[in-house]
Amino acid sequence: MANSMINVALPKGRLGEKVYGMFAAAGYECPSILEPNRKLIFENEATGVRYFWVKPSDVAIYVERGAADIGVAGKDILLEYRPEVYELLDLNVGRCRMAVAAKKGFRDNPERTLRVATKFTRIAREYYAGLGRDIDIIHLNGSIEIAPILGLSDVIVDIVETGKTLLENDLEPIETIVPISARLIANKASFKFHSEQIEAICRGLAGQVKE
Amino acid sequence: MNPVNDSLKPEERVLYALRGLYQRYGYSQFKMSKFEEYDLYAGNKDFLVSDGIITFTDTDGRLMALKPDVTLSIIKNTRQMPGSVQKLYYNENVYRVSGSTRCFKEIMQTGLECIGDVDLYNLCEVISLAAESLKSIDPGYVLDLSHMGVVSALVDALGLDAERRAAVIACIGEKNGDGVRRLCPDKDVSGILALIAAHGPADRVIEALRPWCAGDDARQALDELARVTDVLAANGCDGVRVDFSIVNDMNYYNGIVFMGYINGIPAGVLSGGQYDKLMRRMGRDCRAVGFAIYMDQLERLRDDPRPYDVDTLVLYDDRADIAALTKAVGALARQGVSVRAQKAVDGKLRYRRLLRFSEGGIADGE
Repeated sequence: MANSMINVALPKGRLGEKVYGMFAAAGYECPSILEPNRKLIFENEATGVRYFWVKPSDVAIYVERGAADIGVAGKDILLEYRPEVYELLDLNVGRCRMAVAAKKGFRDNPERTLRVATKFTRIAREYYAGLGRDIDIIHLNGSIEIAPILGLSDVIVDIVETGKTLLENDLEPIETIVPISARLIANKASFKFHSEQIEAICRGLAGQVKE
Repeated sequence: MNPVNDSLKPEERVLYALRGLYQRYGYSQFKMSKFEEYDLYAGNKDFLVSDGIITFTDTDGRLMALKPDVTLSIIKNTRQMPGSVQKLYYNENVYRVSGSTRCFKEIMQTGLECIGDVDLYNLCEVISLAAESLKSIDPGYVLDLSHMGVVSALVDALGLDAERRAAVIACIGEKNGDGVRRLCPDKDVSGILALIAAHGPADRVIEALRPWCAGDDARQALDELARVTDVLAANGCDGVRVDFSIVNDMNYYNGIVFMGYINGIPAGVLSGGQYDKLMRRMGRDCRAVGFAIYMDQLERLRDDPRPYDVDTLVLYDDRADIAALTKAVGALARQGVSVRAQKAVDGKLRYRRLLRFSEGGIADGE
């Protein structure tokens, strides 16, 4: 079993391509992955890795359930879904922060229940529970920024990268909840049976992490 | 061919093997009722794997629960006898909220508990039975051992407040060294990072960790772990490893804790450890160690689906002599093949051969 292929779930999109670059630089390249086609699975028997692209928010599910041995997921997803996985390395790419944002000039009235619109209900709930603040969670699946503008919510909890989208909508970040970056995660059972290969990949990637 | 064994599902086959194994070591079966008073769980909620409990009001007004756990019931029913141990095994259904679906599920759980004056022999016996149990499921198993004493001594040395302490322990469980560094920028966390990096064969890991375990508590815990792993190694438990990422709740567990994995099953299938602290919380002044195997996980072991639903399909019609048909079908079944008699071919049924029953007896029906 020691030399079987390691399945790697990569998040589709710009972040995934950047992360693949780190894998390649660490010696786990798979040139066919960059060819423009509709294939979903790419393998390189020589290096013992098999990559596949999945929706970024699904990476943790593939890894937790063992369809992938390792994968790369944002800390936001790990905090929101709490998958039972090992978090082996902070890749320090895809950096952004989970923040509270509101309309410019927003003043919080602590006497009222705060209405919070977000995709990340668990993170928001735990953050405000830590502050002892009573909130009304409004779960949205996208276009969160519109909620305070239309009066649906007082604030939003969302990922802020540059703050440009917020600015364009006359919103501003008022509090950082937690910094976010991409993490290398591993299935716990896979780690037991392929620890040498997974640790070698982890060491290789650690050499590619830029501070 | 063993027709009984062949008709068993993998988890049923394992169950038979385990029952025999535990009985051979003098464990007796603990049989319990499906319900317990809710109070038993309410006082020890954190000990349970999931937080949901199915409750109902009994005819006399007592709030009852469908048991989400077996260990608490066993402790409740054990009597304290100084100098002796009680050895019990069980095979019970428990009712828990399943992680991904957030719905209640019936889960079959098998396990054993050794309660009383637990000494080094008992501890080693239970852990080697855990290893044997895994081996009977699949020879390519891994049983990870950790010692809560080592983990808590190294974390205590950092002198953190309760919140950060819990966060560091969670990071150890995730093998998240970067997280530990970020949580404690003001501390020397090299001992914790060594703990996270140390996993694998027992002798190598224990020696690698020794320099970090200079304090009395840590050294004693590491020595105890070494004594246990030496005994296990001397008795051929070759799948045993040391890995400190098993961090069970420290309010209940102390000493050695362990987790078992089977190649091909994505989550741990066996979980156990010493729970002297739980015994004390339940008013028992004795020690205990045990483990549980999550039998539902073993479904994943099922080999390739069978190519046929039945081996032989026998077709008959309204004119058939039922006594002769019964005799003919019985004769086929006694040959050890699966046989199904019906009047028409069911579109979905897959069979290897088709026979027709008529006045003249059974003939090839294709």
